[in-house]
Amino acid sequence: MLGKLGWSVIPFDQPIPLFVGAVVLVVILGVIAWVIVAGHFPYLWREWITSVDHKRIGVMYTLLAMVMLLRGFSDAIMMRAQQAIAYHSNGYLPPEHFNQIFSAHGTIMIFFVGMPFVIGLMNLVVPLQLGVRDVAFPTLNSVGFWLTATGALLVNISLVVGEFARTGWLPYPPLSELTYSPGVGVDYYLWSLEISGVGTLVAGINLVTTVLKLRTKGMTYLRMPMFCWTTLASNLLIVAAFPILTATLAMLILDRNFGFHFFTNEAGGNVMMFMNLIWAWGHPEVYILVLPAFGIFSEVVSTFSCKPLFGYRSMVLATMAICLISFMVWLHHFFTMGAGPDVNAIFGIASMIIAVPTGVKIYNWLFTMYGGRIRFATPMMWSIGFMVTFIIGGLTGVLVAVPPADFLLHNSLFLVAHFHNVIIGGVLFGAFAGYNYWFPKAFGFRLHEGLGKAAFWFWLSGFYFAFMPLYALGFLGMTRRMQHYDVAQWRPWLIAAAFGAILILIGIIFQVAQLVVSIRRRAELRDRTGDPWDGRSLEWATASPPPAFNFAISPNVTGVDAYWAIKAHAKQQDLEKREPDYADIEMPRNSPTGFVCAFFATVMGFALIWHIWWMVAVGGVGAFATFVAFAWRDHDEYVIPAAEVARIDRAIIAERRALLGLAGSP
Amino acid sequence: MVDATIAYPHSDPHHLRGMEALGIAHSGPASKRIATGYGFWIFILSDMVMFSAFFATYAVLLGQTAGGPSGRELFDLRNVAIETAFLLASSFTCGLASIAADTRSTIWFQLGLAVTCVFGLGFLTIEGREFASLVARGAGPTRSAFLSAFFTLVGCHGLHVSAGILWLLTMMAQVFAKGFRPDILRRILCFALFWHALDIIWIAVFTVVYLIGSAA
Repeated sequence: MLGKLGWSVIPFDQPIPLFVGAVVLVVILGVIAWVIVAGHFPYLWREWITSVDHKRIGVMYTLLAMVMLLRGFSDAIMMRAQQAIAYHSNGYLPPEHFNQIFSAHGTIMIFFVGMPFVIGLMNLVVPLQLGVRDVAFPTLNSVGFWLTATGALLVNISLVVGEFARTGWLPYPPLSELTYSPGVGVDYYLWSLEISGVGTLVAGINLVTTVLKLRTKGMTYLRMPMFCWTTLASNLLIVAAFPILTATLAMLILDRNFGFHFFTNEAGGNVMMFMNLIWAWGHPEVYILVLPAFGIFSEVVSTFSCKPLFGYRSMVLATMAICLISFMVWLHHFFTMGAGPDVNAIFGIASMIIAVPTGVKIYNWLFTMYGGRIRFATPMMWSIGFMVTFIIGGLTGVLVAVPPADFLLHNSLFLVAHFHNVIIGGVLFGAFAGYNYWFPKAFGFRLHEGLGKAAFWFWLSGFYFAFMPLYALGFLGMTRRMQHYDVAQWRPWLIAAAFGAILILIGIIFQVAQLVVSIRRRAELRDRTGDPWDGRSLEWATASPPPAFNFAISPNVTGVDAYWAIKAHAKQQDLEKREPDYADIEMPRNSPTGFVCAFFATVMGFALIWHIWWMVAVGGVGAFATFVAFAWRDHDEYVIPAAEVARIDRAIIAERRALLGLAGSP
Repeated sequence: MVDATIAYPHSDPHHLRGMEALGIAHSGPASKRIATGYGFWIFILSDMVMFSAFFATYAVLLGQTAGGPSGRELFDLRNVAIETAFLLASSFTCGLASIAADTRSTIWFQLGLAVTCVFGLGFLTIEGREFASLVARGAGPTRSAFLSAFFTLVGCHGLHVSAGILWLLTMMAQVFAKGFRPDILRRILCFALFWHALDIIWIAVFTVVYLIGSAA
């Protein structure tokens, strides 16, 4: 009836996960209870949960990422504490728990922090930058988000019901096969990623179609803001790489559940095939994460230097070059696994070549700043912090791309330091820059600058304290994922790293404080112009937050930096006096399809993990029925009448005029 | 120097005017039909990437029979030829149904899809019987890595066909209940793309799995 499920699966003997799980459960139930008692549920359901508005979905993606960042970071600080303590002792975490923590940390940070953060920002910003009213497939967009949330939920359920994988963030066989990992941990990993992978694929298809097919009049490819270009590149990579992950994990699922022999030691299975397949997805994945961050930095550096982006065309070329080459370097993740010197040499050279377009980008940002009038606002601080940090990470990357050096450094903490250097210094700093930069666009008020800068300095110094010691430890021969150790030399470095983690914790506390303080003081931080940073692209042309339809009149673009040109034009002509002809606007209706579908996906995923076959059927039939019900709707759009559009737009223009009058501008 | 860069002397800082001379003008967002069809093409491409992972796996594991039967001993090419004929015929009738939808002919559309469905079910029946007979002869997917790869690749295609039939029946019901609404026509377009794509994949399955497999 309940498959493998029973009371024994709840880890009563392990106080830490049980306690944490209980606290999380109480918090979640408390929030839900508060929402219902305070009467917010109808609003949440109507305006957020069933929303198909790209801006709302973007915000929800970002929120999911930030909540999961807290979860992933608590794993990180537990590991740093364990390694700081566990010299000649067992520390406070038993090995099987420690293994689950580093596996969950990596899985969560990549799939449920990095991915939703960048997809959220792309969702929020790209349609606005393209000058259009929504993404290509609004309801699918909602489905994609909720499926990602399903994956995150399943990973967190594993905290109290059963266990999580102990195999690392990529479950290498044969360790991940049933023989060596008989528990449900790997199944949790597999099914949550299969489900959220579908969500990611949907988001990728949606954004590719949006960028390629939905651009406002005159928005040619070479007039798109750089963030749209990197979005295109990143989502092309999603479309081309995520199916490989889906297929690979499906094979491991078949191995584990039905006795197939893809990656087993017996009957002709091939373990190396897993390495090749998973990294054929895995290497493009790092560019899926970092390319949008590059786009954010391009926008931020250009805006806060008050200059057009230097070398726009070379930036486009570099972006697309990375998009292509990222599929040709995967083997550098396992130089030591016996591919032979020729193959290693080819992939080593390819890995060094991919650093070239990235270098081009760095120079372009530096030259954008050169001669500019730089404003050191929080997003710009993150961008400059990124440039310094990412160069170090990039250089150590080129170092490990040299096969002989990799033979020494492979599997050591040097590697761990390297990829945290590029992921934190690149992806996360980019996400934070974008968060501070576009927050006023999403909510209509800015984030507190002082607290934002404090968060930045603690994160930056914390990063260096936490990860530079790991480079040293790599040279000292410490391998990754050690639960305890006996080498006295390592200990000071590990304590320094733990200190760094505490600094990052303070940074996170400042970020939470920044959000809380900004919400409380939103009146004085209000952005009434829609253009708080003197921006250059079309998202700043509309109000903050934008109306549901984004633009009352579809903008007509005549060059790059579209909004900058509009502003220059308006200043010359003393603002546009003639009122445009407003027309009715059709917008997609909200739909609970995404949420309901994800509910059934959660049921199905959980049932598949625990082998509750009738529940699998319930989930599958439910999801299909949801789609049929959606397809049967008679009205999938609603019309905003021209009069209403005119009323909203007039209010926006009046507000701007008043502000310009106050400031004494022309 | 600083003033010169800020003053923004012309509206084309990246000297892209030449690009417009090439005729890369842009008149605005595409229609819903084009965006939907385009998006579905992207999905099909992603699906083909997934299949290519299974194809690559099959190619790697082709010789890994673990002392069990190989493709030469197992595959019945006559059977596969019939299967192929069924699927190609179904693609033809699916094309006819698309034309019927374009001319808004409900009867011919329903008839076209019904025949497509019958051919599809015929294909699945033959495939199912092939799988059952293999398992009965002790050549199931757990026998060897080669058979795991075979069952997964061919079975994945079969699952796609099954999902396609479910979709097909839903479309028949929708046209019956709602007629040729624009959104339903877009779905018919996507379904047709999907069904034809399964044909293309089957051609690769036929070649790589059955022809090359029975030569190995």
